[in-house]
Amino acid sequence: MSAVSPDVVGGHDHSHDHDHHGAPTGLKRWLTATNHKDIGTLYLFFSFIMFLTGGTLALTIRAELFQPGLQIVRPEFFNQLTTMHGLIMVFGAIMPAFVGFANWMIPLMIGAPDMAFARMNNWSFWLLPPAALLLVGSFFVPGGANAAGWTMYAPLSLQMGMGMDMSIFAVHIMGASSIMGAINIVVTILNMRAPGMTLMKMPMFAWTWLITAYLLIAVMPVLAGAVTMLLTDRHFGTTFFNAAGGGDPVLYQHVFWFFGHPEVYIMILPAFGIVSQIVPAFARKPLFGYASMVYATASIAILSFVVWAHHMFTTGMPAVTQITFMYMTMLIAVPTGVKVFNWIATMWRGSMTFETPMLFAVGFIFVFTMGGFTGLMLAIAPADIQYQDTYFVVAHFHYVLVAGSLFALFAGTYFWIPKWTGHMYDEKLGKRHFWMSMISFNVTFFPMHFLGLAGMPRRVPDYNPFFTDFNQIATVGAFGFGLSQVFFLYIVLKCIKGGPKAADKPWDGAEGLEWTLPSPPPFHTFEVPPQFEAPAGHGH
Amino acid sequence: MSQTLEKYFVPAPSYYPLIGALALLLMGSGASMWVNHIEAGPWLVASGFAVLIYMLFGWFGTVARESEGGKYGKQVDKSFRWSMGWFIFSEVMFFAAFFGTLFYVRHIAVPDLGSDIGHYFWPAFQAAWPSAGPLGHLELTMTPTAGKIALGLALMVAAGAAVTYAHKPLEHGNRSQLQLVLVFTVVLVGLFLGAMTINWLPAINTALLLASAATLTWAHWSIRNGNRGQFNLFLAVTIILGVVFLGCQATEYTHAYHEGLKLSTGIYGSTFFMMTGFHGLHVTIGAIMLTVMLFRSLAGHFSADRHFAFEAAAWYWHFVDYVWLLLFLVVYVL
Ligand code: HEM
Ligand SMILES: [Cu+2]
Repeated sequence: MSAVSPDVVGGHDHSHDHDHHGAPTGLKRWLTATNHKDIGTLYLFFSFIMFLTGGTLALTIRAELFQPGLQIVRPEFFNQLTTMHGLIMVFGAIMPAFVGFANWMIPLMIGAPDMAFARMNNWSFWLLPPAALLLVGSFFVPGGANAAGWTMYAPLSLQMGMGMDMSIFAVHIMGASSIMGAINIVVTILNMRAPGMTLMKMPMFAWTWLITAYLLIAVMPVLAGAVTMLLTDRHFGTTFFNAAGGGDPVLYQHVFWFFGHPEVYIMILPAFGIVSQIVPAFARKPLFGYASMVYATASIAILSFVVWAHHMFTTGMPAVTQITFMYMTMLIAVPTGVKVFNWIATMWRGSMTFETPMLFAVGFIFVFTMGGFTGLMLAIAPADIQYQDTYFVVAHFHYVLVAGSLFALFAGTYFWIPKWTGHMYDEKLGKRHFWMSMISFNVTFFPMHFLGLAGMPRRVPDYNPFFTDFNQIATVGAFGFGLSQVFFLYIVLKCIKGGPKAADKPWDGAEGLEWTLPSPPPFHTFEVPPQFEAPAGHGH
Repeated sequence: MSQTLEKYFVPAPSYYPLIGALALLLMGSGASMWVNHIEAGPWLVASGFAVLIYMLFGWFGTVARESEGGKYGKQVDKSFRWSMGWFIFSEVMFFAAFFGTLFYVRHIAVPDLGSDIGHYFWPAFQAAWPSAGPLGHLELTMTPTAGKIALGLALMVAAGAAVTYAHKPLEHGNRSQLQLVLVFTVVLVGLFLGAMTINWLPAINTALLLASAATLTWAHWSIRNGNRGQFNLFLAVTIILGVVFLGCQATEYTHAYHEGLKLSTGIYGSTFFMMTGFHGLHVTIGAIMLTVMLFRSLAGHFSADRHFAFEAAAWYWHFVDYVWLLLFLVVYVL
């Protein structure tokens, strides 16, 4: 690897130098990891465990909602389920999974030897299990877990027991983890690209993560501020969210959504990045409109700071405010549309094949776009007064988060798992996983549109018998979806254990530095930066 | 720069991150218990804190050793610079949440409570600032007169601008100009204090921090020019100014509590103590960082061209100063 002697740093070559440490073995390898690949793997497995945990909560919710009336859980516990499902999925599953991808792929894509701060990288990861313990453990404390919804609106969140405090501290810890992780990613991308890789020649995945990391650094501290105010209101006598003391519960919503809306883009921009890597590979054409893709991502990020009150159309804001936020929100659909059109244009007249990654990517484009459309419906302030807090909103955000973020994660896993493990996954099973997921996803969530439009409220364990049919369909779909993901675990484990040997570049249309490495890549890669030359037709 | 075949330093496996995670687990679970009056809480928090301190010493000690051992090339140095900048940006956003909160309660929440609809619920409430809300009670002896304030603010902004400008001669190595600007800053600070009524604590605090920015900048000049004695001296003076600031703040809080202004005094108490309190916490952290730098310098660390750890602490200190200027403006004056 190192034909050129690269050690010009201190001009020393002592044998005790740690520069060529191999991997410690056994448990120690994972506990003390400073290798981006190992830490990426940790993130991915952790997020999958959280995904199954959050999924179990969701299936309990769906089981309860199979029939009207109360069958399985008490209403207080039902609210704990919806709350913790949201918190665990957002902070435990989706976000860490994308960070896992960033860890694994960004150094390989930009030709860096590792992340900029390899030790801090490990801290970012190891902060997550404590936070997860606080979240999951809160089910077992007196008063039970946080039941105020994942948004933790005051004044509800001012009233609960210890579980609420555990959520607050968990959010603090996860926030610290995210900020450190994001700083690491930003610095890696800005400072450690291979010579010749200018910003505008960087793979889209790196671009989307650069902007995502910027959003994280900007809004996680705001969330920390919001929950800190909750904490002091709860225990130290402040009145930020209490009108009797001159505060305002709606203030909480403003601060939360100032974080919350950028947060939803934090969960989708890396997905855009993954899809932008996969579609060109299987259309065997360079990404259409690379530059416009970059600008669209950046404008989404900027706009995402000025739309937060679209979550608050029913809080009695002045009409001017509502209208402003309504138009700003609709404006976001423009850069999002640019992206969708770019992907379609990339496929246009490409010589396409539909291996599993591509199936998930194309599935993503279809179903995510439907979520975008319902988003536009919700953005219409007068209409949203009807939709607010109904299952329509639940349908919307599951179309963008499950069929959006999660499907992109699946696509990315199938795309890069040959690189990670050195084995090809079982293509037949992968395709089956796609179709199972796609169908059961729609069976679960499509009926929720109708339920919402007909007025079924979210976060309630009981409902008017009038809604029964659609709820039963949704529950059946949900269990199918859950099963499909256990199947996914099986496919992944099977691929880790063995399978046909993967070539360095198993996808003939794929571009990028990661494919110049062996599959699996050696423990240390790009210790000497490679010279990067942009593939023809890519980025000018 | 990074085009050269310099090898980027990747640290060896380390237990410190795991220890740090354990610390936060202890602190998080302990704090959850503490606020719910469970006896183990404070003990868990204390032990978590101890573990955290152990981790910080070990970790930063390792980093300092690696740095002094010459393992960090130019590219690593650049990474540190980027990361400190982004870290400070995250801190800016943390304070932004509270500044936004203050704006919202003053211009939306409190006026709403005094509006026609608010009157329906709280007939006796008059919207004004400072306010402790309809059920709160607040009496404040207020600040200097408007004329003095206007003059004082102008001088404050001028001093802040001057000490910011001082970084230009600092960069260009222009000693006499730097001295001129710093002396000018200190003079402006003195005038500011005169204009603002000398025995008004917040004004004294403003003056202390502005002056500390000037002394810190001179310390920076000294290390750049290899004058370690002067560096240590001015760094120590900076730290002392910071500590005096914290002392004044403690005095101010004591006064406030005696006069009945508490954290629980409605929204005014909430915003006042949370904003100044978090700022004070950051001054404490900054002072600790600078103290560590002082000890490192006494141990012979840093050289004229390699002292980024100090610069990072200095950036942080300047950030804390700027936050204070804004706080002074919106919390005390406006
Ligand atoms: C075209 C783009 C989008 C528009 C116009 C849009 C608009 C909206 C609006 C107006 C709401 C509030 C509905 C209500 O509570 O009444 C909402 C909710 C939500 N959206 Fe979107 N959205 C878009 C894309 C996304 C994306 C990409 C994500 C995440 C990946 C997302 C995640 C969410 C979530 C999680 C909620 C519900 C939050 C809650 O109340 O718990 N949205 N969206
Ligand atoms: Cu939103």
